[in-house]
Amino acid sequence: MAAFEIGAGGQQRWLLTALTLVIVTLSLAPSARLLFEALGDLSLGSDAPLVRVLQSGATWRALGYSIYTSGLGTLIALVLGSLFAFVITLTDIRAKAALVFCFMLPMMIPPQVTALAWLQLFGPASPLLKSLGIAPALGSPQPLYSAEGIALLLGIQAAPLVFLALRTSLLALPRELIEAARISGARQSQVWGHIVLPVTRGALVAGAAMAFISSLGNFGIPAMLGIPAGIYVLPTLIYQRMASFGTGVLPEMASLSLLIGVIALLGVALQQRYQRRSRFGLTGHSGRAHDFLLGRLKLPVTALMVAVLLVILVAPLAALMISSLVPAMGVPLNAATATLAAYEEVLSRQGATWRAVSNSLWLAGGAALLLMAASLPLAYRLYRLPPRLQSLALGAVELPYALPGVVLAIACILLFVRPLPIIDVALYGTLTLIFIAYLARFLVVCLKPVAASLAQLDPSLEEAAQLAGAGPWRRMATIVLPLVAPALFAGGLLVFLLAVNELTVSALLWSAGNETLGVLIFNLDEGGESVLASAVSILVVMLVAALMLALSLLAPRLPKGVVPWQR
Amino acid sequence: MAALSIEGVSKFFGEHAAVDDLSLTVEPGEFVALLGPSGCGKTTMLRMLAGFEPVSRGEIRLNDTLLASASHHVEPEQRHMAMVFQSYALWPHMSVADNVGYPLKLKKVRGAAYRERVHRALALVELEGYASRTPQALSGGQRQRVALARCLVVEPAVVLLDEPLANLDRHLRAAMEQSFQAFHRRTQATMVYVTHDQSEAMALADRIAVMREGRLVQWATPETLYREPKSQWVAGFIGQGSELYIANGAPGQRLTEATLMQGLTAPLASRTQPVLVRPEHVRIKADAPTARDLSARLEHQTFRGERFELHLQLQDGTALMAYHPRALTPGQSVALTLTEGWCLERD
Repeated sequence: MAAFEIGAGGQQRWLLTALTLVIVTLSLAPSARLLFEALGDLSLGSDAPLVRVLQSGATWRALGYSIYTSGLGTLIALVLGSLFAFVITLTDIRAKAALVFCFMLPMMIPPQVTALAWLQLFGPASPLLKSLGIAPALGSPQPLYSAEGIALLLGIQAAPLVFLALRTSLLALPRELIEAARISGARQSQVWGHIVLPVTRGALVAGAAMAFISSLGNFGIPAMLGIPAGIYVLPTLIYQRMASFGTGVLPEMASLSLLIGVIALLGVALQQRYQRRSRFGLTGHSGRAHDFLLGRLKLPVTALMVAVLLVILVAPLAALMISSLVPAMGVPLNAATATLAAYEEVLSRQGATWRAVSNSLWLAGGAALLLMAASLPLAYRLYRLPPRLQSLALGAVELPYALPGVVLAIACILLFVRPLPIIDVALYGTLTLIFIAYLARFLVVCLKPVAASLAQLDPSLEEAAQLAGAGPWRRMATIVLPLVAPALFAGGLLVFLLAVNELTVSALLWSAGNETLGVLIFNLDEGGESVLASAVSILVVMLVAALMLALSLLAPRLPKGVVPWQR
Repeated sequence: MAALSIEGVSKFFGEHAAVDDLSLTVEPGEFVALLGPSGCGKTTMLRMLAGFEPVSRGEIRLNDTLLASASHHVEPEQRHMAMVFQSYALWPHMSVADNVGYPLKLKKVRGAAYRERVHRALALVELEGYASRTPQALSGGQRQRVALARCLVVEPAVVLLDEPLANLDRHLRAAMEQSFQAFHRRTQATMVYVTHDQSEAMALADRIAVMREGRLVQWATPETLYREPKSQWVAGFIGQGSELYIANGAPGQRLTEATLMQGLTAPLASRTQPVLVRPEHVRIKADAPTARDLSARLEHQTFRGERFELHLQLQDGTALMAYHPRALTPGQSVALTLTEGWCLERD
């Protein structure tokens, strides 16, 4: 017994050291460095970077646009996400799996691809409209080059976040709560209004807050739609300054990052407050569709869902596809003009494409695997911390993800712009720096589901194994790991999908030869190569859809809940 | 008060019949238990009564109203029933009083009448002081009483109870059993109670429907069920007792001491009729055995407080259970007579 205690204590100490080390280096160091930079020179008075930034009109304009586009986008996400979550989860509508898959796809498609696709859908040069013969006259404005255009796309991109938050909560709703209301005499609509909506309201607000934070940090959409129209939000303002002036403006950029970081953290606080509130500790049979019968409404509701999907998914992707098949922008697609030249160009002649693909896959795959391996022991130790320390640690881990990507990128540049001391290795401008940034950013994505899963685990399960003679490492491998495996896999999978689509961090950290897929599309489009950009985008969409499809096919063999868009 | 009739009801999940051709008539105000091991279809039957599952075949009627058939389905909200769930199913976003009052709100009861009825319902389950708490702040027994008050508040025609005591500990169960009885006496509501616990069913119900693999095996009062179980399976499921094989008698026949003792003397091969002998019908003889007595060896005994439970073995190897006021010596031989027996159907 004594030997056993020593063994357990040794493991606990070892893990505690590892946990502290990871949190300090990955989660806290970048933010601390940023804070130091932004606030460090306040003694300069009116010359301090923070003061200069706050006195600049551009800052306040960008802030205004950030809040306006993200706010409007959140509203759109709320409407779309809750419509789909309620209808798909609660009713007897058909082809649920297909609907969920299609609705989740926009979240998995990189924002710059979404932006590009929508740009191909509207405007005078749209190959789709040209092919249909309904393109507006040359010189007429592109309607998406506006704050509202940005908000619309932000909303579509963030809608799956609301959907997922609400759907999870709906699936956990015990069937008895609904049955008890029905047998009390409540009609379906009353059950929805009196029971379902109030019980899941916390999840709805939390989902909306997540949509807001995500929109606030989004870089690809406002970059592609805003910069041409001179509309800057905070992330694109930082990007543009860095691109024009280089590392010399880092102190000002740190101050801007601080500003956007504070707003994002307010959103996080709101989300966490409501998520806590939505946790009622419900018991009963859950995880079963409650099947509200749509009856006569079935056809109209199905038609509405399909129409929404046509607009938000099919039409832009069709436009993107058509743009990738024409020889140049503004040329209509027909039998004579159709060509695969763009694909040939990007796949065989542009070496950058393959380089970017392999860079992105290595970064995403490496980050996912490493984080999965680290998450279980870290979450295991985290769960055993005293409650206050535990929430502090979780907050620290959450920080690099909650902060917009551009903030983390600036922080990483600040940390690594000079060669590392002692070993004298310069990380700035290398893939390694992007990799470190990904580890910091996505740690929480992998850790949180595991921690949540551990928290739900009945402690007696492990105690029983302990009494049976299993040591701490053995318990973790044979009892805890199999039980939290679904959460672990889901976390790793999300890390991969997020990282492979990532643009914000890499937009600031890339250098020639180190492009990621996101950067490649962005650069092609910025260079006026919309057709080539469309071709790469189509390939990326096909990659993402193939990955999602492969997972869907694998889903029956995976533990329940691994694939977010399946039950 | 309402009569509930179930006529030839079946429920198929794919090929599998969860409930198979079940017929029952529940009298108005009767307290009925559906009893059976898990997976016997009792919960499915209850959910069909509530309207959560459509029936595949047969009919369910409440008084003269058709509630469900293969082609007709009255929604649960229109059945005027109430239900107590195993998991209590209290809505977490409402206070205790709001939970109890919710069915009233749906019936458009407002104002003073609403408050008065909620208060009365809570008073009946002795939870007046908890009206403004959230359900999460209550203990298991209190939650179940809130669920009961929610049933009681609208005076439903039928109250359905789905293993309501399964999540409670033993002491609370006894108290809650009394609550249910008191509730039934007061409301005179027709009640259908699903359980796998035979002692719960025996203590509460006027009549018990014993189910096995979707079929109704026996439908009788608790006393009849105990004294005259239909088959070997029912006898094994309800109460304690031993099964012997004798040469005479036919299923459904009560045997006197003389017939029983005589039937046991026949050669083993000709003894094919199973007989149930309850332990209280085994008389242990203190004085010297006579030629007519059986002789048995005491295998082991269990102290039950008021008496000892003896586990005996007859000379032909059959196990027999008996009661005795004092401890005996394990391994000792005893003389006994069987005073009564009940002939069972073979399974």
